[in-house]
Amino acid sequence: MTLLTRLSQITRDVTLSPKQKSNFLALEADSSLPYVEVSEPVRQAMDSGIIGDMFEGHAPFKPRYVLPDYAKYLHQGSEYLELSPAKDLDEALNSLAIIYHHVPSVTNIPVYLGQLDEVLLPFCQGLDTESLYRKLKLFWIMLDRTLPDAFMHVNIGPTDNIVCRTILRIDADLKQIAPNLTFMYDPQVTPDELLQIAASNICECSKPHIANFPMHAKAYDKKGFGIVSCYNSLPLAGGSNTLVRLNLKAVALKAADIADFFENTLPHYCQLTYELINARCKFLHQESNFFNSFLVKEGLIEESRFAPMFGIYGMAEAVNILRGHPELTESNSEKPSPYYGHDRAANELGHQISKALDAIIKSTPVDFGYNERALLHSQGGISLDKDVTPGVRIPYGTEPNPIAHIQALAEHHQYYTSGISDILTIDETIKSNPLAMFQLCKGALSLGFREFTANVASNDLVRITGYMIKLSDIEKFKENGSRTNTTGLGAEAAANTKILLRQPRVIAHELTPSYTD
Amino acid sequence: MTNIAVVNQIIPFSCVDGPGSRLVIFMQGCNYRCKSCHNPHTIDLCNNCGDCLPSCPTQALSLITSNNKPQVIWNEALCIQCDLCLSACPKQSSPKTQRYSVEQLLTQLRQQVRFLNGITISGGEASLQLPFIFELFSAIKADDELAHLTCMLDSNGSLSINGWKQLLPVLDGAMIDLKSWQQDTHRFITGRGNHRVINAIELLASKGKLHEVRLLHIPGISDFDTEITAVANHLKTLPKKVRIKLNAFQHHGVTGAALNWPTCSEAQIKQLATELTQHGVINIVLPSPYL
Ligand code: SF4
Ligand code: SF4
Repeated sequence: MTLLTRLSQITRDVTLSPKQKSNFLALEADSSLPYVEVSEPVRQAMDSGIIGDMFEGHAPFKPRYVLPDYAKYLHQGSEYLELSPAKDLDEALNSLAIIYHHVPSVTNIPVYLGQLDEVLLPFCQGLDTESLYRKLKLFWIMLDRTLPDAFMHVNIGPTDNIVCRTILRIDADLKQIAPNLTFMYDPQVTPDELLQIAASNICECSKPHIANFPMHAKAYDKKGFGIVSCYNSLPLAGGSNTLVRLNLKAVALKAADIADFFENTLPHYCQLTYELINARCKFLHQESNFFNSFLVKEGLIEESRFAPMFGIYGMAEAVNILRGHPELTESNSEKPSPYYGHDRAANELGHQISKALDAIIKSTPVDFGYNERALLHSQGGISLDKDVTPGVRIPYGTEPNPIAHIQALAEHHQYYTSGISDILTIDETIKSNPLAMFQLCKGALSLGFREFTANVASNDLVRITGYMIKLSDIEKFKENGSRTNTTGLGAEAAANTKILLRQPRVIAHELTPSYTD
Repeated sequence: MTNIAVVNQIIPFSCVDGPGSRLVIFMQGCNYRCKSCHNPHTIDLCNNCGDCLPSCPTQALSLITSNNKPQVIWNEALCIQCDLCLSACPKQSSPKTQRYSVEQLLTQLRQQVRFLNGITISGGEASLQLPFIFELFSAIKADDELAHLTCMLDSNGSLSINGWKQLLPVLDGAMIDLKSWQQDTHRFITGRGNHRVINAIELLASKGKLHEVRLLHIPGISDFDTEITAVANHLKTLPKKVRIKLNAFQHHGVTGAALNWPTCSEAQIKQLATELTQHGVINIVLPSPYL
């Protein structure tokens, strides 16, 4: 299809809204530009699907994820937006609603809405509980209706405070797709009773995710961090300039044996990944003029706090291939014993690969990074992936019981500074037993999970590939289109990756859809 | 002590066998013969006759001689869980049972203790292996790492009062099945009367150790609806915190004559719940999700 036919097809599409059409048209325009300059080996690795840029565009003129310092913004107001410092909660919420429309990201929708309890608490003095509930509830509804993307993330916790509790209450009452929600848990600070409320919410609507606060905090400086999109942990007042991902399955297929993989193949393709990272960052930082934005001028973000994310996926297949076992598919899943996720030696080989990646990441400088480094990320898959499992996850439909599942993967979590998402699917019986969810979550975090995400199977709200989506919406989308961008993504993911056929489902997602008719 | 348990299955993580997250051990062997049993292959102990061997498509089963006695050996690594051996067994047993010592179970518990609120012994009829359970629960309570786990029993209530009294010091709670109200009905369904069950419920309730009473409703067969006043009057004497769990009869797993019995619809189980509520019974728990 020629570019013009594609463009014309998008403009005529029956199901997309005008705004969604504009987005796809812009994406097409971006991808019709010449690609940033890369060497021939990088080009080849990209063409054969070993490394990829996640459809971020050929000329990266905005960072992938941006995490502005919203507390500072509310405190100082904005010259560019002609806003004075916020004096009360109404002004604070109004100012936030305004700036969200000026925070870019790969999806054009802000992926980070702030550590909202900390940001809003100073404005809640003297407000009674019900007024606070009413104001925040309206704000929540506004977010879901005007920025309908499940990649958009609010953070709360680890302290026990009225805003945190009110948000949990609203989120359970409304059960909206957006915003996504992470609750930070710190065993030293967070009361068990508050974590129990969060666990009950998970039973109600598969949100929030529970982040291991001390573990994330340790990876960053005093200025802190935020969890954005689907479980990416990044520096606050900074973000991620790009995400390049490496397909471990494809790398394993190139290796003669395990030794060759560790000594030659893996380091070689990591080096090509770095080349692509540097090329993309060079354009963003030196040619795009992004860092002249008011966000930088007013001190809400700093160029030095942006880090490239070094993503990996296909760990399960890589391990099974290197150990000489055919791929584990649903048709032979009844005897999964020698496979990744089930066999001790297979799991340990996986841990070794993560450790090797960590050593490479820690010792390789990048041109534009956080402390001159990229951050390792277990990438949650995109809707176009076929026959390759997201990140370090256990393949769809072959997951062991939740406890064995956690035990098989916990060892990986220490290495993935910028996030790792394992979604545990737990059958519906847990709905009437939130204490079980609480205990499972505590167990996972104490064993070294960075982030605990659970999907209660057959909820009306089911998390497919890392974000919220309604099963009923998938059906409807086929006929009518959807108000929510990510529903389109889910429909595509469901068709391509058999998500809906799987039993316990476990995948994540972070990608703007490219247009498919 | 060297008690050994015959175990049909261990589920490492369950949300439906007591409060919170629990490891559940299903013991082999039952003294009831419920026509409505959903797991009939847990009823009998295997007598090592070997009749199931030819049914196995993967040669996972073999017969050896140990101490001059035949013994069926199950090779888990070869088993594809097709359950053809269960249909072949002339008794109501399974060759896929395993024997566990208290120490082995403690080891497994230690490996996953951070994920658990407790342990539940179910079956089969768990209380038939009372000495083992007593030793296991005592060992858990004496272990610093495990002592916080609650130890619960899922039982048909047939254990004698003396048996219960022996177990009470190490038991945190019990879930008891009440299969029917009238003796005749109870005997028709299970093969035994229910005096011991009622006694067990009263004893456990008086000691604060009754967690749940379970009623399996089989429309036209069990008599909770026809005996609603008597059933309700009994349930009302129980402490408020005792959950009254209603289960709806289904054909899943059932063999024999009970397959001709009607299954219980969602409307029928709700009807029973409504009637019990009207008669003043509180803390009724419905099946969730409805199966
Ligand atoms: S369930 Fe296992 S042991 Fe039984 S017949 Fe099938 S393969 Fe053989
Ligand atoms: S399981 Fe049944 S058929 Fe097999 S040996 Fe035991 S009693 Fe015999």
